[in-house]
Amino acid sequence: MELIDNTREVFRRDRVWAFMLPKPVKVDVAKEIILYIEDLSVSFDGFKAINNLNLYIRDGELRCLIGANGAGKTTLMDIITGKTQPDSGSVWFGQTHNLLEHDEAAIAHLGVGRKFQKPTVFEAQSVFTNLELSLKTNKGVLPTLFARLGASQRARIDEVLLTIGLTEQRDQDAGSLSHGQKQWLEIGMLLASDSRLLLVDEPVAGMTAEETEKTAALLISLAGKHTVVVVEHDMEFVRSIARTVTVLHQGAVLAEGTMDEIQRNKAVIEVYLGEEQADSETATAGVAQ
Amino acid sequence: MTTLTALLQHQIFKRSSEPGAAVMPFVVLLFGVTLFASVGNLWFAEGSLFYVSTYTITLLGKYLCYALLALAVDVVWGYCGILSLGHAAFFALGGYGMGMYLMRQIGDRGVYGNPLLPDFMVFLSWDKLPWYWTGFDNLAFAVLMALSVPALLAFVFGWLAFRSRVTGVYLSIMTQALTYALMLSFFRNEMGFGGNNGLTDFKDILGFSLQSDTTRVFLFATTAALLAIILVVSQAIMNSRFGKVILAVRDSEGRARFLGYRTERYKVWLFVYSAIIAALAGVLYVPQVGIINPGEFTPINSIEVVIWVAIGGRGTLIGAVLGALLVNYAKTRLTAIFPEAWLFALGALFVLVTLFLPKGLFGFFADMRARFARPSVVNPEETR
Repeated sequence: MELIDNTREVFRRDRVWAFMLPKPVKVDVAKEIILYIEDLSVSFDGFKAINNLNLYIRDGELRCLIGANGAGKTTLMDIITGKTQPDSGSVWFGQTHNLLEHDEAAIAHLGVGRKFQKPTVFEAQSVFTNLELSLKTNKGVLPTLFARLGASQRARIDEVLLTIGLTEQRDQDAGSLSHGQKQWLEIGMLLASDSRLLLVDEPVAGMTAEETEKTAALLISLAGKHTVVVVEHDMEFVRSIARTVTVLHQGAVLAEGTMDEIQRNKAVIEVYLGEEQADSETATAGVAQ
Repeated sequence: MTTLTALLQHQIFKRSSEPGAAVMPFVVLLFGVTLFASVGNLWFAEGSLFYVSTYTITLLGKYLCYALLALAVDVVWGYCGILSLGHAAFFALGGYGMGMYLMRQIGDRGVYGNPLLPDFMVFLSWDKLPWYWTGFDNLAFAVLMALSVPALLAFVFGWLAFRSRVTGVYLSIMTQALTYALMLSFFRNEMGFGGNNGLTDFKDILGFSLQSDTTRVFLFATTAALLAIILVVSQAIMNSRFGKVILAVRDSEGRARFLGYRTERYKVWLFVYSAIIAALAGVLYVPQVGIINPGEFTPINSIEVVIWVAIGGRGTLIGAVLGALLVNYAKTRLTAIFPEAWLFALGALFVLVTLFLPKGLFGFFADMRARFARPSVVNPEETR
């Protein structure tokens, strides 16, 4: 009897089987946190690139990650975007999406966009095409083969072009852009894809002072609507944009706070300047106060 | 209908610098040459000014098959950066499919006069046809198999290789190993494909004698028509968003992946498409040349195709076709005059083109045209 009841339950006509339902793409940020990284560890050949790292990114904030070379910043981005699998720990996007279960393409589809350290755009194609390829569309093979660009999509591309200030370069090959323009185009590609979380690796490396200023304004304007995580070495730049700064050291979080707090933090000064200087630094800081 | 004419106009009057821009003029030219050669062979007597010999017709047909093969390599190499050194495998498999059909058409006219078995099976004293030869009496079935077996092979190979993210020179070596392995197995008599000698001594196709001028002209014209169709289809594919993704994968696969494209699927389907074109080239090649043997699988053949494409110009479709036609014409000529020198000439040509014309001949002429057509547009950086 039980079997019959169970079978009936399975074949109830007013329900759809769970595995046939489309997976929810909506990101649940009811707790106002968009990215949960907990107890994350990964090692390469015995070297602990990420060591028991915990990090929470609030929805809509602009967060800066700083740290010396080998602190694990890029590895962290690799794990979030699905390129590297961690040894242990968890990464959740909102409360419903376990990012460790997905591959790069699926994570991108969920709304995590990544800008590489070295500006990476499709050099042989126009700026417009670069953005067209980034649009949030069905990215399967067949739908792409028969895809046509709609009016709303064109409008969206033009809007992005305006945001990143490349309207004039619309039909140029992306390869002919300057270094700074390529960086902006890459950020624009993340915008065109309607990414909710933008992971931006060294956006101002190799930029002129003027370009750096423009980039800072762009990133600040994006925060709020998007959540922006910036990895950067340029302290001036970090100071100019950051609300909250997280310092990574040897694969773990060393300190977190505003830029001023970070600069007074003894542990940070120790790591960056060495112990002796740390004492004198705090001393001078004390005198200055 | 209006959209079709608009599309055609758009295709014909495209800027010459755009990739694949010259497809329509080339198709028209191909049509003209085919018509001229066919009429010249069938309606004009020998000795007439317009007479085209059957030898020439067959030679042209062979060149067009090579052009189709070069197109297949260009699609994966020029547009997606997958340097396949094993496309001869798909070509030869297609050829074997057609060869099996032609073998079955011989019937009892073979040397041994056996109505059931091809000569080489009688020679090996087999008493019945292997199971995989069944159905090859039917041309449609034979062609279907000749195209779908290489397609399946490409799918399985591509799926395994691209999903494991094998790229670059490692992939090239694997494709070469693939064709080499196939060559070794087809050389074996117990494979049931004629071993060392392959399949030959063909008599007729669909009841028409392969020796007759009309059949030869028909085969040549079919090859030309299919080349034209595949050129147009390939251009349409490369102009679609799929083609743009393919270029994106070539230039930065990681970027494309992080934008949400499953790049391995794109690569697999492009590879399958390319393999089908190569197989079709083989299908058309065998009845015109009259023999298929394991020698067609040699890695050297595959490398030669890559050289045609490099010389003609990668990623332009037409460049690959022209490269194949030019190099093979030069080969026919040079090997008649000075056979030993051919491989040196080919090697030298490859080195020179790689050094001085990285975009191949087609790219070189496109650049020249762009430079002379618009001399007013000068880069301000240079004049300063």
